[in-house]
Amino acid sequence: MLEIKNLHARIADDGTEILRGVNLTVKPGEVHAIMGPNGSGKSTLSYILAGKTDYEVTDGDILYNGESLLELSPDERAAAGMFLAFQYPIEIPGVATMTFLKTALNAQRKARGEDELTTPEFMRRVKEKAAELQITMDMLKRPLNVGFSGGEKKRSEILQMALLEPSLCVLDETDSGLDIDALKVVSDGVNALRSPERSFLVITHYQRLLDHIVPDVVHVLSRGRIVKTGDKDLALELEKNGYADYVGAAA
Amino acid sequence: MNMELRTLETKAEAVLAEAYETVRDALPGGASVAKLRAEAFDAFRATGLPHRRVEEWKYSDLRARLKDVPAFAAKRSDADAEAVVASAGEAYEAVERHRLVIVDGHYHPELSDVAALAGEGVTVRPFAEALAAEGGTLLDLPVVARDDAAVGLNAIFCADGLDMMIADGAKLTKPVEIVHVSGAEAASTAERILIRAGAKSEAVILQTFVGGVEGTFSNTLTDIRAGKGSGLTVARLQAEAAGTTHIATATLTLAEEAHAKLICAGVGSGFARHQSFVAFEGENARADLLGITMVRDRQHVDQTLVVDHAVPHCESREIFKTVVDDGAKGVFQGKIIVRPHAQKTDGQMMTQSLLLSENADMSLKPELEIFADDVQCAHGATSGQIDEDLLFYLRARGIPEKEARTLLVLAFLSEAVEEIKDEIVIEAFENRIRSWLSAEE
Repeated sequence: MLEIKNLHARIADDGTEILRGVNLTVKPGEVHAIMGPNGSGKSTLSYILAGKTDYEVTDGDILYNGESLLELSPDERAAAGMFLAFQYPIEIPGVATMTFLKTALNAQRKARGEDELTTPEFMRRVKEKAAELQITMDMLKRPLNVGFSGGEKKRSEILQMALLEPSLCVLDETDSGLDIDALKVVSDGVNALRSPERSFLVITHYQRLLDHIVPDVVHVLSRGRIVKTGDKDLALELEKNGYADYVGAAA
Repeated sequence: MNMELRTLETKAEAVLAEAYETVRDALPGGASVAKLRAEAFDAFRATGLPHRRVEEWKYSDLRARLKDVPAFAAKRSDADAEAVVASAGEAYEAVERHRLVIVDGHYHPELSDVAALAGEGVTVRPFAEALAAEGGTLLDLPVVARDDAAVGLNAIFCADGLDMMIADGAKLTKPVEIVHVSGAEAASTAERILIRAGAKSEAVILQTFVGGVEGTFSNTLTDIRAGKGSGLTVARLQAEAAGTTHIATATLTLAEEAHAKLICAGVGSGFARHQSFVAFEGENARADLLGITMVRDRQHVDQTLVVDHAVPHCESREIFKTVVDDGAKGVFQGKIIVRPHAQKTDGQMMTQSLLLSENADMSLKPELEIFADDVQCAHGATSGQIDEDLLFYLRARGIPEKEARTLLVLAFLSEAVEEIKDEIVIEAFENRIRSWLSAEE
């Protein structure tokens, strides 16, 4: 599904090196967690996967279903099945949430050569998925993410994910800013999407999220490299001992 | 002769002076009108066309723009005028409406829905007829508009146009479209439109400016008088051809408890100036001014407004949005005046511009002149680019770049569009905006 090979990347503006040889393979249906201290490159990795041009890949490759993603634009990657749930979902005043959802869904369908959804069919899907995530029609009537609480924004991200049905979901600190109840709703939403064909890359600081979204593999990212890989118990160990060991190991 | 220094007369100024001498005896109106025209002409002779050293025109140098001025257009036959209108295309094609037709500055009653309007309580007559009946007072304008150079030029030459009177209490069932079409031969026009809304009347008026060719010079003036307690929406869409020069003045006078909305969308002309002069004459009135301007290539479009709070307890709201692409130039000048006794005035002005290219140019000049002490007035002005983070977010959801940019420009304009409230106008304007955006290379 996803193969990251010796990925090196830096900030395009100032050349600061962030990723220094990341290697990672995610198979269909697997959930991988990436943990690591602040500044280790976790969010950068998620942005590079989604195709943000603020970063420059200097070496290595990202293969998605066997083909390199590097030359694809963000929208082409999305149409190919990539989805990034943003750490800080963006407010866009003036863009109605429903218009946005429909435009995105139909743009992806069009890019894949599928027919656009009719409005009734689209509405049916939105209502069904929104109910599962406790998103009210009132929220959907607002401009995109405008006036949403932190929890509502994260639920809105998961709603988008559920509607767009990607094959690779990258969740960038989806747990940040969530209280315990919201964390449960969001996690249930994610778990409902788990399937043998769909893979997840879950980026988080804290083990807590992984109690709800149980990973198959846990990686520790430190100073731009994966320094340790294990099963879900690795997350528990990190919660107990902190990242100190790994920060040292990478130096 | 005053001793004011002025530059040599330009060719355009000489042509305009000569045109006046030629037509002065044929211009409609009695002695009182002729006197006003002569005074306006003297003022024109003294100052010439407005230029960059005239503060109100500093960003829109009309003297530099007008190399020459074509002759004033003769009136076409109805059949000929009908063909010109048909070739211009329609902005409100699907809308049930009454239509009043003006071609090259001349009103064509035979092509207009005069009888149907009469049935709705609206009397329409040719401007010259109104001028003959009412004399010079018909040309009276709000104080803040009187000294403007383009207003003066219109006063000198206005010979045709229409006078529309909406009866007290009339509530129009359909919008009225006044369509101004310029033909395919370059000509000058100086029509005047009067819209007098009676007490407690309600109407939606759509004013559309289309057509024209390289060299066309239009200097239209629409004088709107909102009667006591009336509710009036006047939506102006300026979409003339790229080579034209267009000065479109609107004056708006509000009586007690009137609520008027003056909307101005500008996408046309190589050089356009939309100027609005608003005067409150009765208390508890409200004026909403909305502007949507989109310019590209080498276009120059200016939105200038002066709002005169001369009486207490009135409200004014201005939202002006400008999108500038390529090497185009946008201008916004907005002045709110609050006279000494106009207490409890509430005036809010916002202007924002979105620059889509490195070479796009925008000049913003908000001004407040407040002489009363118990008022609420505010203005805001911003200028920015498309936010790359918003663009990335949309693209990360699969929306291609061009479509994402379109969504963001629409989002930028939405605040002004939503305030229009009238669905017919919103739909027509949104269609215009979308076709403007899709015309991008």
